[in-house]
Amino acid sequence: MRKVELFMKEKGIEIGDYVEVVEKENNTTVVHRGIVMPPYELSKGETLTIKLDNGYNIGILIDQIAEVKILEKAKPREEVSFKEVLPKKPGLPNVTIIGTGGTIASKIDYKTGAVHAAFTAEELAKAVPEIFEIANITPKLLFNIMSEDMKPEYWKKMAHEVAKALNSGEDGVVIGHGTDTMGYSAAALSFMLRDLGKPVIFVGSQRSSDRPSSDAAMNLICSTRMAVEDFGEVAVVMHGESGDTYCLAHRGTKVRKMHTSRRDAFRSINDVPIAKIWSDGRVEYLRDDYRKRSESEVWVDDKLEEKVALIKVYPGMSGELIDFLVDRGYKGIVIEGTGLGHTSNDIIPTIERAVEEGVAVCMTSQCLYGRVNLNVYSTGRRLLRAGVIPCEDMLPETAYVKLMWVLGHVQNPDEVRKMMLTNYAGEITPYTRFDAYLR
Amino acid sequence: MEFDYKALGLKVGLEIHRQLDTKKLFSPVPSELHDEVDFTVERRLRPTMSELGEIDQAALEEFKKGRAFVYEGNYKYSDLVYLDEEPPHLPDEEALRVALQITYLLNAVPVDEVHFMRKIVIDGSNVSGFQRTAIVGVNGKVDTPWGSVGIPTICLEEDACRIIEQGDKRVVYRLDRLGIPLIEISTTPDIHHPEQAKVVAKFIGDALRATRKVKRGLGTIRQDLNVSIKGGARVEIKGVQELDMIPVIIEREVERQLNLIKIKEELEKRGAKEEELKEEFYDVSDIFANTGSKIIASTLKRGGKVLAVKLPKFRGLIGSEIQPGRRLGTEMADRAKKYVKGIFHIDELPNYGISQEEVDKVIERLNLGELDAFVLVAAEEEVAKNALREVLQRAREAIRGVPEETRRALPDGNTQYMRPLPGKARMYPETDIPPIFVSEDLKKEILENLPEYPQARVERYIKEYGIDKSLAQTLVDDERDELFEELIAMGVKPSLAASVLVVVLKGLKKEVPIENITDEHIKDAFRLLLDNRIAKEAFEEIFKELALHPEKTALQVAEEKGLTLLSEEEVERIINEIVQENIEVVKAKGMGAMGMLMGRAMAKLRGKADGKLVNQLIRKKIQELSS
Repeated sequence: MRKVELFMKEKGIEIGDYVEVVEKENNTTVVHRGIVMPPYELSKGETLTIKLDNGYNIGILIDQIAEVKILEKAKPREEVSFKEVLPKKPGLPNVTIIGTGGTIASKIDYKTGAVHAAFTAEELAKAVPEIFEIANITPKLLFNIMSEDMKPEYWKKMAHEVAKALNSGEDGVVIGHGTDTMGYSAAALSFMLRDLGKPVIFVGSQRSSDRPSSDAAMNLICSTRMAVEDFGEVAVVMHGESGDTYCLAHRGTKVRKMHTSRRDAFRSINDVPIAKIWSDGRVEYLRDDYRKRSESEVWVDDKLEEKVALIKVYPGMSGELIDFLVDRGYKGIVIEGTGLGHTSNDIIPTIERAVEEGVAVCMTSQCLYGRVNLNVYSTGRRLLRAGVIPCEDMLPETAYVKLMWVLGHVQNPDEVRKMMLTNYAGEITPYTRFDAYLR
Repeated sequence: MEFDYKALGLKVGLEIHRQLDTKKLFSPVPSELHDEVDFTVERRLRPTMSELGEIDQAALEEFKKGRAFVYEGNYKYSDLVYLDEEPPHLPDEEALRVALQITYLLNAVPVDEVHFMRKIVIDGSNVSGFQRTAIVGVNGKVDTPWGSVGIPTICLEEDACRIIEQGDKRVVYRLDRLGIPLIEISTTPDIHHPEQAKVVAKFIGDALRATRKVKRGLGTIRQDLNVSIKGGARVEIKGVQELDMIPVIIEREVERQLNLIKIKEELEKRGAKEEELKEEFYDVSDIFANTGSKIIASTLKRGGKVLAVKLPKFRGLIGSEIQPGRRLGTEMADRAKKYVKGIFHIDELPNYGISQEEVDKVIERLNLGELDAFVLVAAEEEVAKNALREVLQRAREAIRGVPEETRRALPDGNTQYMRPLPGKARMYPETDIPPIFVSEDLKKEILENLPEYPQARVERYIKEYGIDKSLAQTLVDDERDELFEELIAMGVKPSLAASVLVVVLKGLKKEVPIENITDEHIKDAFRLLLDNRIAKEAFEEIFKELALHPEKTALQVAEEKGLTLLSEEEVERIINEIVQENIEVVKAKGMGAMGMLMGRAMAKLRGKADGKLVNQLIRKKIQELSS
């Protein structure tokens, strides 16, 4: 227990109590009054944080507190219950919003400054009323994890939840997802949801929903809009530019988070986005080769081989890394090679050994943009001879997810190669468009 | 007019904002304003939801109207943090140190841990929808001859965007000012005399300037006053620029509140009731069909109407003066300004081309009693109704007395309605910035190196540099002291530096915009003097030209105006020539030739060389030749 927790325990102070603190420092005495706030998570815990009457928080060194009086005990937090479901409006399509973590909408307790997630239908209707004009919304909290803690078993849960909703008559699904690994999840569901005929839209936000400038509401409105479109694929819908003007729908296998913090961090790589969704609800398709809505029953093909690794090549890299993976029983390795898809010649023998031992080795490029080609330089040709599978213009992350999925079905090297080079969900484009670079 | 402020129960509190001259608060972007626009970003701000699921309804309505905020930015003077596209960096260390210095200079105590908060602001002036602000010091005070005034908080916060264009659907802001650190100092409402307010403001201003890290110039300091008297109301007055205006504005506000109270009492006596102020709008356009009022005639021609509203029991009071040149009618017009340019009220008519006959007809149409008044608005029907609703609202408030509101200071000391008083701030912690511990070592270091107070500086100048007291005081008051010390460090004589900075520059103030003359200009000019390139008599002309053409350099101006001195070598060369031409005389008369040579030399060199130097050189030359 930190000093602050001990102090509070000793004085019988609880979070939310209204207190008077007499602070003595050298020769000065200052009296503070305010509400006791939760101690800051990562601090050393040597200060008591109180919220003054004027709304400001300050920290007071425990060692300088001469006296503390509880003026008023904390009142239990006012529990307001919100309706989980709202009556359906006839004539509107039905959309399920699946929550996986993070907050689509939040509520701020201005008394204590705490921010809580708001996910019941009623709360969503208050926070983002626009989506209820587009569809009847059924929110469903599936799990609550940080995007960086995402793993394959959660992809499976998501896929099953989506299939359940769509097969029970929902017209579309929106999945709220943290942005860090949203691209991986979108790719995973792209492969796992077979015979998909309805929109499955991933959405997140780059600015938390407690702030007035958050991108969350507009992203949610645009995703809901896309979820009722004549469209039947997995897509990511996020801001298209820094301003709140339009969102872009990106194909689930071709999208990548390209910026740590900007609203328009998500970009289609080696591909053109599917559609532009304007903030007024207009949908403008940017291409016509997308799958339209159909009545097919979706099913989940969730066999995944989890012993797959994604590694990046760099100058001075040692073949030990590959040896280690092989020794540890990995079944597949996706390499992010340099340029057209290269490694140093030094490590080619370890790749040869990996292939010989039955490990599928796939090549992508750390350039991200462009297509790998192992025929141009001798190093590439040696890698090809070693048995590396060149993954065309696939994103490294998509290739990683796909290899897990492929190895979940076949192990024979020829079959693995065949499946890796077959386009299942738009992950491979047959030719590289001129306009599919940095936009 | 001198009031008995004690009896009136005058209470004044100050709120002073001043920009710091450091990098921006949460990202090391230069704190400079800039007019070059490289890009624009369009955003909207959505009201946030409270714990109980409540959303500020007014804010939600605003949002639904679809108001877009357009931010104009410059690649160098704004960044992703200030576009709300990147989390804040840790607060600028220098800004924090200055805030701590100010805390000590104001006899306050630093907090042990600084917690930045997010204060919700959704008018678009902050891109994120909130202003980041933290208390750095508490418990300060100012002692004055009228008693001590508390300074409960000293805050460090971010300045907002500059507003460029205000539209109904679109507001354009400039990003450059956003994030410039601001010190916010508020006092308790313990100021009880207008002059006391000035003393307090001066003390706070001096403490800020002592740090030498505050920005100077228009817009860098904002002084707000909270004024109330017994029976009146709290009125917030924004944008007081000059210190000397503070007592005037307070006096005028007291006068205004007293007059409003008188009006209230008179209305009470007449039996005026709020519920009698009804939203009944009379279309009196027909009465003005052939009016002599150009405004009304042109409105009618455009298809507008003249609407009238009845203000029972208000006759004579709308026209009664509440501040010099301002009447209750002016206050009504200020409110209606949102919709129309102006209103007409009975107490000022007939006038503006409106005839007595027209007035009588309106009185008749509205069936007005002797004490009843009317207000007219000529505009498109809905606009006119909205304007009259504002008039009615102000009239209702007149029955209640003095309305609580935020007012804008006018240059003459009067004030004008700006908006209702802001509601209680909605604040929650800025979780992207960890609490900042103020260590004992830091406090000690700051305390030991506290800058000298401006008054101490004046004393020091008198003692150290032997300059006149009033010169020293003006140097400090005009914030020229830092430059003054820099000039001395360059080798300028203190008395010369002081007289140029005070006497010469002030003298030019009436003729040219001296605020255009930068510190760099002044230093450049002195450098020319020190290098003997100009004479000190040239300053006035150089500064005059620089004020008009700040893009020029001092040297450029000196050359253009032929104010440059010849170099010593050149002067010597010319003197040699003259001596050679008169070599016989020199040889014959020796020093006796001095007068003649001097005369010939000065004829050639006047204004281009210092006479003393010429004299010296000739003397030397004669000595050489005669030895």
